[in-house]
Amino acid sequence: MTEFNQQAKQHVADIIEQKRQLPGALLPVLHDIQNTLGFIPPQAIALIASALNQTEAEIHGVISFYHHFKTRPVGAHVIEVCRAEACQAMGSRELEQHVKNTLNLDYHQNTKDQQFSLEPVYCLGNCACAPSIRVADKVYGRMNAEKFAQLLDKLTTYVVELN
Amino acid sequence: MAAIKLYIPDDTTAVAMGADDVCQAISNVAKQKDIEIEVVRNGSRGLFYLEPLVEVATSQGRVAYGPVTVDDIESLFAADFIHAGKHPLAHGLTEEIPFLKNQQRLTFARVGITEPLSLSDYQQHDGFKGLQKALTHCSQELVDIVKESGLRGRGGAAFPAGIKWQTVLDARGSEKYIVCNADEGDSGTFSDRMIMEADPYVLIEGMVIAGLAVGAEQGYIYLRSEYPKAAEKLTAAITLAEQAGFLGNNIGGSNNSFTLELRIGAGAYICGEETALLESLEGKRGMVRAKPPLPAIEGLFGQPTIVNNVITLATIPIILAKGGQYYQDFGMGRSRGTLPMQLAGNIKQGGLVELAFGCTLEQLVFEFGQGTYSAKPAKAIQVGGPLGAYLPKQQWQTPLDYESFTAISAVLGHGGVVVFDETADMAAQARFAMEFCKVESCGKCTPCRIGSTRGIEVIDKITNGQDSDANLQLLADLCDTMVVGSLCAMGGMTPFPVQSIMQYFGEELLPKDSLAKEVL
Repeated sequence: MTEFNQQAKQHVADIIEQKRQLPGALLPVLHDIQNTLGFIPPQAIALIASALNQTEAEIHGVISFYHHFKTRPVGAHVIEVCRAEACQAMGSRELEQHVKNTLNLDYHQNTKDQQFSLEPVYCLGNCACAPSIRVADKVYGRMNAEKFAQLLDKLTTYVVELN
Repeated sequence: MAAIKLYIPDDTTAVAMGADDVCQAISNVAKQKDIEIEVVRNGSRGLFYLEPLVEVATSQGRVAYGPVTVDDIESLFAADFIHAGKHPLAHGLTEEIPFLKNQQRLTFARVGITEPLSLSDYQQHDGFKGLQKALTHCSQELVDIVKESGLRGRGGAAFPAGIKWQTVLDARGSEKYIVCNADEGDSGTFSDRMIMEADPYVLIEGMVIAGLAVGAEQGYIYLRSEYPKAAEKLTAAITLAEQAGFLGNNIGGSNNSFTLELRIGAGAYICGEETALLESLEGKRGMVRAKPPLPAIEGLFGQPTIVNNVITLATIPIILAKGGQYYQDFGMGRSRGTLPMQLAGNIKQGGLVELAFGCTLEQLVFEFGQGTYSAKPAKAIQVGGPLGAYLPKQQWQTPLDYESFTAISAVLGHGGVVVFDETADMAAQARFAMEFCKVESCGKCTPCRIGSTRGIEVIDKITNGQDSDANLQLLADLCDTMVVGSLCAMGGMTPFPVQSIMQYFGEELLPKDSLAKEVL
């Protein structure tokens, strides 16, 4: 998915065509591209700029402003660890370190096999059952080292025997 | 025999605690045992310490079991829980659980009770009564009812909603907009999320009424990307409401139109600030605008715009249905009505507590919340999100009221209450306040953009024992500069948690070994 092939280009063109008439179309366009391709390829910027009658710098400026938008491929599973206060009160600093050590990743990095990416997040709205992490559209509460190991087992494609 | 009705919430927290698995397991066992059950995926009652909370419908009302795990299912069936049998996880009638019974639920009246996307359920529980009433009033009368209610913006700024609405009603524009701020980014808050997941039609109803009140025919909900389940529910609810004639043309058979669109944010805390939110909706970087002009006069696409938080708009229907006076009879001082507080962090009984203004922080945390989850003494309570002060024990008697909190240099904000026990490292919390500002500042104002980075550095110097006195003075000056020199609350309030730690937990900023030295 790293190359901007014909198919990816077509996806981007279709999305732009579909959304360009919306008032304030840029965020919806960027979301659709990222949801379809997993990230926003730099080559998409010129296409968006020309369709929305904006400069490439403006489009780049918007993409870079928002933490959610990625300009390079992310892992198959994006693990978001909540760093906000309610989770801190329940030991998220230790959890964060444990997750980093387990995956051998820092924030905004991918594992070599492209299975996992690690991202910080500031509140998932699960603050009464902290600490929380999110993978895809699912939030996991009262997270700890043991539960994290089980989650990783579930996410990896191969079957791991649990005792 | 009719199927037995069970309620298992489809709420982010309930699911985060295993509600989907519990639901699947119960269905499987019921099938094996040939017991006919009907499972309703309701919203959460907000008793998050009991999630996943399974409720069984009985002739006396719903009976609660929780927190249920997959491992409990067998014993629950053995105890005949589907006929309200006794079990260690049983709590009796849900409505009689003190955490719920002692609340005053107005905005959250239906939350956890109804099936979120069922229009008939919504209507059977007083849904659209506010809209029906609204259709019999002219715009000015609607604005007057909101003014009479005393409702103030529940996003955090507490600006009187009726006055904002009046400004938009009086403003001239080729088009007017209703924008719902659903960018609930404060840590320790989830009341907006709960409304959107559990009772999405109440928000839609409130927005339609706002449209009628000021002559707006287009609305946007700006929802944060961290809330995928809320997005799913709102998307479905908007479509169903359109099909049933509650959105679109000829609303409720009238000549009024209102179109509603859901827009998703992209992980920027600053977009919870209303002008940054408008910029983002327009497809730009979420940079804060200077005010004036107020969004009520020149808002979205330069047109008069109401920007209200989810809870504010979701409270409009009950105000219309029961009257402004009914709502204004709740509360204290200039804080009228109820505030949905959210108990979070290190808390034994976390969840949603909707109460009239006036109860003390201590009652909330120790009567409803039952103290800390860790069972260690509580040390600090941060109220009002990441820009709110850390309050020490001597301030826990403060009543929950906007003015009382202002008087102690604190904020109620969006009603988030995050409890920390004695192990909390207050120096780390002060540092984090600055770090969060560094990550989330839009960059427009220098004190916020650069001050946050300098703040981290100065705090590090203090905690390392480097020229502590001078650096504490520098930090105090920096905080002052940020407070008075920033356009919005991000830079202007980031110092609040820091200043509160300097004032009440100051000794924790100094390194432990150096403390002894400095005393000598």
